[in-house]
Amino acid sequence: MNKRNEWPLWEVFIRSRNGLDHKHAGSVHAPDAKLALQMARDVYTRRQEGVSIWVVPSDQIVASDPGEKSAYFDPMEDKVYRHPTFYELPDEVNHM
Amino acid sequence: MNDITDDSALCAEHFRYVLRIADGSLILAQRLSEWCGHGPVLEEDIALTNIALDLLGQARLLLAHAGRLEDRGRDEDALAYLRDEADFLNPTLVELPNGDFAQTVLRTFFYAGWQQALWEGLLDSRDPTLAAIAAKSRKETRYHCEHLAEWILRLGDGTDESHARMQSALNYLHPYVAELFAPDADDAAAAAAGLGPEGAALRAAWDAAVLPVLVDATLEVPAPTPFRSTGRLGRHSEYLGFLLAEMQSLARAHPGATW
Repeated sequence: MNKRNEWPLWEVFIRSRNGLDHKHAGSVHAPDAKLALQMARDVYTRRQEGVSIWVVPSDQIVASDPGEKSAYFDPMEDKVYRHPTFYELPDEVNHM
Repeated sequence: MNDITDDSALCAEHFRYVLRIADGSLILAQRLSEWCGHGPVLEEDIALTNIALDLLGQARLLLAHAGRLEDRGRDEDALAYLRDEADFLNPTLVELPNGDFAQTVLRTFFYAGWQQALWEGLLDSRDPTLAAIAAKSRKETRYHCEHLAEWILRLGDGTDESHARMQSALNYLHPYVAELFAPDADDAAAAAAGLGPEGAALRAAWDAAVLPVLVDATLEVPAPTPFRSTGRLGRHSEYLGFLLAEMQSLARAHPGATW
């Protein structure tokens, strides 16, 4: 496959009807941003999945290194006190 | 007159007016469906199929409505699958072969531009069902125009080959556009009865929506010719028969089949 003739890849984020934030839905190939939005609309919102779409060039996403996963994320394993549920609340505090 | 179904002559006109619009959507849906699985890329394959399904949805609503107006017991399936070629009233433009991607996109854009003007004109039709179908369809058609225009710009103002293909599609299709705006007695009567606009009245809106895209795409619009296609009168090109043979084969071989 000749890479030169391939359209760039775009990551697609969709906000659903009742959703507050855009969630990653998948990716599309498209020659430019405007068509990427249309392709995303046609591929990922056929069943009323969304009311708003973002597309981002895939090569603009900076990702963490899977090889560094343990160094990045394991140290958080024993920090249970960072979860609000770790603390007992006085009875007077309602609606938490 | 208060009730549009009072008068039987007007009723037949009403039926034909709705049928023309319905058949345009149906035949173009069938043509676009031929691209299913053959699109240039997966994404565009789905985009074309989405347009085809929108058109099919319009056709179903319109044919069902036409069947009720006619009141001879024909439902949407009977009208789609059991009519013969000369009973179809779509403009010739929509039955022409798809050709290449450029021709497919330009033809669909030409018709979508016409539909867009039509739906706007139908919003205050005295036929409330027709007005409701127009209100639903105009949102679909607006997107079709937008999507197709992007392609025409990119291909017309693209590489030498894409420009040449788009220009040759324009040269081939352009003579068939005139039919959409040709003065017609049925159309004029329907317009006088307040059903909706006649084709001739849609030219200015079509020009305003379509021509700037062609100019931006660096395409040269051919000079008008005296040629008039006659699909809306039931006199079709040699292509419609083959299209119907394929589209209707299952329903005719297995009458009443369901799945």
